[in-house]
Amino acid sequence: MGVRDWLNERLRYEAAETFLEKKEVPVHRYAVSYYTGGITLFFFLIQVFTGLLLLMYYRPTSDAAFESVRLIISKVRFGWLIRSVHVWSGNGMVAAVILHLLATFFGRAYRKPRELTWISGVALLAITLAFAFTGYLLPWNTLAYFATQVGTEIAGDVPLVGKALLVLLRGGEDITEATLSRFFGIHVAILPALITLLLGLHLLLVQIHGMSRPISVRVTGSERFFPEFMLRDFIVWVALLGGLAVIATLVPWPLGEKADPLAPAPAGLRPEWYFLFMFQALRMLPARILGLEGEMVGVTLFAIAGVVLLLVPFLDRWAARERSHPLVSILGVVALAFAVVMTALAFLTGL
Amino acid sequence: MDVDEVGERPQRIRRRTFLDYSFTAALAALAGAVLYPVVNFLIPPKTKEVTSQSVVAAKSAAIAANSGKIFALAGKPAIVLRTPDGELRAFTAVCTHLACTVQYRSDFQHIWCACHDGHYDLHGQVLAGPPPRPLIEYKVTVKGDDVIVTKA
Repeated sequence: MGVRDWLNERLRYEAAETFLEKKEVPVHRYAVSYYTGGITLFFFLIQVFTGLLLLMYYRPTSDAAFESVRLIISKVRFGWLIRSVHVWSGNGMVAAVILHLLATFFGRAYRKPRELTWISGVALLAITLAFAFTGYLLPWNTLAYFATQVGTEIAGDVPLVGKALLVLLRGGEDITEATLSRFFGIHVAILPALITLLLGLHLLLVQIHGMSRPISVRVTGSERFFPEFMLRDFIVWVALLGGLAVIATLVPWPLGEKADPLAPAPAGLRPEWYFLFMFQALRMLPARILGLEGEMVGVTLFAIAGVVLLLVPFLDRWAARERSHPLVSILGVVALAFAVVMTALAFLTGL
Repeated sequence: MDVDEVGERPQRIRRRTFLDYSFTAALAALAGAVLYPVVNFLIPPKTKEVTSQSVVAAKSAAIAANSGKIFALAGKPAIVLRTPDGELRAFTAVCTHLACTVQYRSDFQHIWCACHDGHYDLHGQVLAGPPPRPLIEYKVTVKGDDVIVTKA
């Protein structure tokens, strides 16, 4: 008996082979949207890999965190590259998740029977943002320190549970070493565990249901997933890896100054680009709305928007009947335009 | 024309083989380009250590006869002891068996390693147990009240 047969009797991989032979990808004018999930996965894998490498040298204490990152980028061979790739790829992952969400939304790919795929996807978006938020503090520099101060303060504005959430996140009333410990634990243990489970479910559901075909677009045919689609996916990945290496080398991510809790907040403090629209919207709200605190109203509205996003497959009754209603697209465009305009405003007005 | 067609077939095979080799070579280059920085990253950078070959191990008066003291010399543990006869001696405190730190046992009146019951005499020679080699002896000089130990 050959090794192949021996393994197959135990692993039953022939079933997977048969599945792979049958798996097909529809061909149509928006078929390029099928790459967005793979691109997100690529950035995720880069994050896992570079994250594990950074763990070899990073030290999560307020005394040593900044110095350990400085050691990584100045003394460890190729440390500057690994750290820069981790930050850039993290930004790429957020961008890819957003693109993937938009492609799925406008393609109505969330409709029956893929509601749970959508919900797990929105949860993965939330986890990705949590990764970004917690990872941002880890170098313990001034910008990160105050960004976390502001970010957790906003979490404190969530109605009812805000205060508890704030203390839970910070590990106390203030941003201290306890916060750094927490964020580190969340970033390297809790979120990885969660994302492994959810991503596993998400990818399993994608295999069960196959690629969604858009409603109103003519599908001109299909191609085999293996090897045709997979090889092209691979080419995209190689191109992304090259692009990532180039940008990480030419535009190294700065480390900044070590955080000093007693120093005044620096001017021009603002969150990363993916949180900017919320930041700008909250800033533009009046101090009091209908006798309520403006910030709290804003945060509540964003929380409601999050729930609406999660429930999209159940709210869009037309898509469930294989109809593509323009109202859904219009609402999507309005939401997107809001985020884009707010982000642009935040950039234009400075600060 | 006939000749061309005949000549074309082996050429097609060569083209395919060539592409296969190119693809494999490109993959190998990619893997190399990724692995080279990764392997280098994992090699720890040299940290500048103050590796003085000589150190003030203790105050002379602090080491009574038939006792010892462990101190750091060039980043590694070393032991200075005063024999029951009153003579000061110093050795590496790293056991030659499996690198545990040895100690001076007043009741045995010699050096002992707790990990695997290794015994060394007051010259660092193995008395009993698994240690394969004697402990390396260091030079002791007394300057005033300071006991200075120097690595040979």
